[in-house]
Order: sequence, then structure tokens, then C-alpha cells
Amino acid sequence: MSGSINQLRTPLSKVRGLGSAKEGTDHFWRQRLTAIANVPLILFFLWTVISLNGASHADVVARLSSPIVAIVMLMVIIVGIVHMKLGMQTIIEDYVHSNRTKIVLLILNIFFAFTMGLGACFAILKLAFGG
Amino acid sequence: MANSNASSNRPLSPHLSIYKPIPTMVMSIVHRITGAALYFGTILLAWWLISAASGEAYFEWVNSFFGSFIGRLILFGYTWALVHHMLGGIRHLVWDTGRALEKATATKIAYATISASIVITVILWVIGYTVN
Repeated sequence: MSGSINQLRTPLSKVRGLGSAKEGTDHFWRQRLTAIANVPLILFFLWTVISLNGASHADVVARLSSPIVAIVMLMVIIVGIVHMKLGMQTIIEDYVHSNRTKIVLLILNIFFAFTMGLGACFAILKLAFGG
Repeated sequence: MANSNASSNRPLSPHLSIYKPIPTMVMSIVHRITGAALYFGTILLAWWLISAASGEAYFEWVNSFFGSFIGRLILFGYTWALVHHMLGGIRHLVWDTGRALEKATATKIAYATISASIVITVILWVIGYTVN
């Protein structure tokens, strides 16, 4: 295969194509996948929120507890949260150069995304199940 | 090592401050800023959903905040950030296919992104107020 001394990567490493972070194009791919899914989902979200402008509590609860709306809203939140977690991770990796601060922020990013996602999903499920 | 003479005397490559802002560059920066804003905007979404699940009294209180001048201003900004980030994202998806990367085309799309995001945001708010 590679007889050259400049070829430091092993043939196995090349064929796996995962790079030094061992993730390959996984981050890029997920960012794109969630971006594509977000287009229809965010349009649905905008339509839902705009049509509920000034609506009473009963109306909002009725709308959010309808199964289709609840299911799609859960998709909006899960896909949106994964997308924004990846995006903020990129921002941190781009601008924070101190290793300690970077790792702390990367951890906080995951905690934030998880907390917001779980909180919003729980609220929708509670409404959907008639709470 | 970081503070040794060898590394502190290294020449720096030109950074943001030295370049004249061009439309594609500004839209790229705005795309990142709107993304970061939407990140924190998720707090508002979670708060609104949790308030709806918490009962009428708390929901009305949260709703009155969103209905206030400051609240509306924040939501208007949120809407614009969402629309702009979506248009910018679609632009990136088109670029991913290798299309529309020519300098003149990319500049046109940059202008289109900012104009369309403002127009669509205003239209969405007009719809929001006329429907209800």
C-alpha cells in the first residue's frame, strides 16, 4: 500500500475515514440531517404559534394536546435541540481555545440542550395526556 | 510554551478587523449570531410550554409578559432570527450540492437572504395580528 515515509496514516485508518476525533463526518451529517428536517418542522411550529397569538389558556391546551400537533411539536423540539446542540458545540470549538474552559462549556452545552429538551417535551406530553 | 518568545512573536494572519465587510461575510456572521440567539431563545419556548402545562394562572402571567412591549420586541426578534437562520440554512444546503457558489451569485443570495428574512418576518406578524 503506502511505502512512503510521509504516509503516517495506516491503511485501516484511511479506509475507516474517521479522522483524529474518531467521529468522521458524523457531526456534519447530523447538522445537515436536522437542518433538512427543521425546514418543514419550523414552518409547522411558526404556523402553530402564530395561529395561537392571543389565544386563551383553554385554546392553547386544546391545540397542543391534539395528538398530531403534540407529535409534530415533539419532533420540532427534539430535532431543534439536537441541531442547536451541534451548532453551539461548533461555536465553542471555534472560539474557546483554553482546554479547561472549552471542556466546561462543552459539558454545559449538553446539559442545557438536555434540560431544555426534556422540559419542553415533558410539558407537551403532560398536555397531550390530559394534564 | 504558549507564552514563549517563539510563539508570541509569530506573525498573525489577518483577522476580521482588517477586512472590509462584504455581504457574504456579513450573512455568514449573522447566521452564526442568529443561531446562538435561537439557542437561548429555546428558554422562552420551554417556558411557554411549561407554563401552558402548569395551569391557567401561571400561563396568563407568562402570556402577559410575552404580550408586553418588551415581550413582543423579543418575540419579533426571535421570529426574525428563526426566519433568517432558516433562509441561511437553506442557502447552505444548496451550497452543499456545489451550486450557487460563484462570487456574484453568492453575493446576490446574501442580499436576498437579508431582504427576504425581514419581509417574511413582517408578513408573519401581520398574519398573526389579522388572523386573531
